[in-house]
Amino acid sequence: MEALLFYIFAALTLICGLLVVANPFTRNPVTSAMFLVCTIISMAGLFVLLHAFFLAAVQVMVYAGAVIVLFLFVIMLLDIPSVEQRSFNLLGVGMGGLGLLAVGGIVIQTILRSGIGQGKNPQLEGATKELGVTLFTEYVLAFEIMGVLLLVGMMGVILLSKKDLK
Amino acid sequence: MIGLEHYLIVSALLFSLGMMGVILRRNLIVIYMGLELMLNAANLALVAFSRFNNSMDGQVMVFFVITVAAAEVAVGLALIVALYRKRQSTEVEDLTSLKL
Repeated sequence: MEALLFYIFAALTLICGLLVVANPFTRNPVTSAMFLVCTIISMAGLFVLLHAFFLAAVQVMVYAGAVIVLFLFVIMLLDIPSVEQRSFNLLGVGMGGLGLLAVGGIVIQTILRSGIGQGKNPQLEGATKELGVTLFTEYVLAFEIMGVLLLVGMMGVILLSKKDLK
Repeated sequence: MIGLEHYLIVSALLFSLGMMGVILRRNLIVIYMGLELMLNAANLALVAFSRFNNSMDGQVMVFFVITVAAAEVAVGLALIVALYRKRQSTEVEDLTSLKL
């Protein structure tokens, strides 16, 4: 049962991820954003299979709820005229694809040959309580710094979106 | 039985897809979506390592990565909007003023 669910969610994640970056039917950024939602929700399913329930909820709320809405707002606000299909630089695309295959192949070969998962069983029960305790004891300084980072980000966005940027 | 390798391979494939978006697409917004895919792939690997190594640290790291990604997207999209006001375009080929 778990294996079946893993394969379903993994296939959904990868297919929707492919459609985000290379949709054969349309170049519309809104379509890409919608498939990104699909990718993120199936990835939340994978998180649930890994017993990371809190992170699955955070993933759905922060990514699907906030980040994608921000993307859609910007796409629709800019009202980008549908781009004419520009001619591909074939050499560039070929080299890019080759480099990509090389990177993916090297990483997957490394995973398969190193035997990294040998004799490891899924052990951690990612209860939300333990995550909270770890977060607020061992990592409390990082947590505070993250709050400052969010404040800085917010101020930066306000400054950048002012009408007369100087 | 689904092991650690399965999750890592999904993560590696998703990372490659995100990188494909960054390399091959020319719309800045879609490039940003590729970046998001790459961050998500790293998150998946971290959560898998956390579960199979019986340590909570990976999940805490993912929590921080999600926070930073949210801040990064907000700032990046504000930059894209500011750029669009100046240039009326979000295609990377039209943004070549740093070219020598």
